[in-house]
Amino acid sequence: MHEMSITQSVVQAVCDRMGDAQIRRVCLEIGTLSGVVADSVRFCFDLITEGTTLEGASLEIIQPTGKARCRDCGAEFVLNDLLVLCECGSANRELLAGEELKIREVEVMA
Amino acid sequence: MCATCGCSSETILELHEHNHEHGHDHDHDHSHSKTRTVTLEQAVLARNDALAERNRKWLAERSILAVNLMSSPGAGKTTLLERTIRELGAELRVSVVEGDQETVLDADRIRATGAPAIQINTGQGCHLDAKMLARGLQTLDPPEGSVVLIENVGNLVCPALFDLGEQARVVITSVTEGAEKPRKYPQMFRAADLVLLNKIDLLPYVKFDVDDFLDGARRANPGVEVLQLSATTGDGIADWYGWLRARLP
Repeated sequence: MHEMSITQSVVQAVCDRMGDAQIRRVCLEIGTLSGVVADSVRFCFDLITEGTTLEGASLEIIQPTGKARCRDCGAEFVLNDLLVLCECGSANRELLAGEELKIREVEVMA
Repeated sequence: MCATCGCSSETILELHEHNHEHGHDHDHDHSHSKTRTVTLEQAVLARNDALAERNRKWLAERSILAVNLMSSPGAGKTTLLERTIRELGAELRVSVVEGDQETVLDADRIRATGAPAIQINTGQGCHLDAKMLARGLQTLDPPEGSVVLIENVGNLVCPALFDLGEQARVVITSVTEGAEKPRKYPQMFRAADLVLLNKIDLLPYVKFDVDDFLDGARRANPGVEVLQLSATTGDGIADWYGWLRARLP
């Protein structure tokens, strides 16, 4: 389950950026095509944050849906999984959204 | 929480002033702590990605080709490596980084071919990451102009997310696993620069629709190159060697 390492990376990155500040909320973007299961990150979060400046912080996860543009016909379409073809039948598409895996913002004690 | 104004003994998100004219005692100690929001917009795997870039630079400076081999357990990664080293090891000066959760069995198999190998045990971890590869490269100390083959932990999910700093990613599937693998694990196939379909000598004995497999792989990764081979009999293996030679710096 790579969500454990992903969550560790979140905690590490927040601690690196925010130093000793007490974190009250973490907002992540985890795209639906990112290969990371948001519920598993939620499951790991309390465990991983224990004893860190993130302990007790709330976790908000925004899950952008997949969007792609067809390189053959130019159409833009929603992509619920990576196997969806464009209506024109082409698999040649450029992903515009859905692969996000980032820390959007944190809320810290002032 | 006070139902009227929302204040509580716990942290309140915004400092707010309000009149407490409503009828209850505020005998609880509530500090209206102020918080501020800090925008980070940072990739979760930024640290790994930075280390991967460092590995990539290190490899490029030494003209070393590093290839990350990923598959489910039992697809034949180690057998493919053994044959590749026996037949090409002297020409390409291959060394190997072996990733497994436990044991040094695979590194022992590789060393028996005469190639230098280092085993990295990930313990609970289900994938190699850039830091582990950096450690492996440091210990292995591969010569300039050589080839490093990285055998990732057998797993079709997790390794796809972690850049190691390799120049190319190869996904190996065997015909005994079933043709639906690309549809089940599209992330992994999307990450591949090359797909190897292994154990084709067993095709007469298993129900495996090669066309369906190719269709799945190309849905996940349009235009990805797929080579069919058997690491045991050597069928099709020359194409794999050709692919490797073409990528030498």
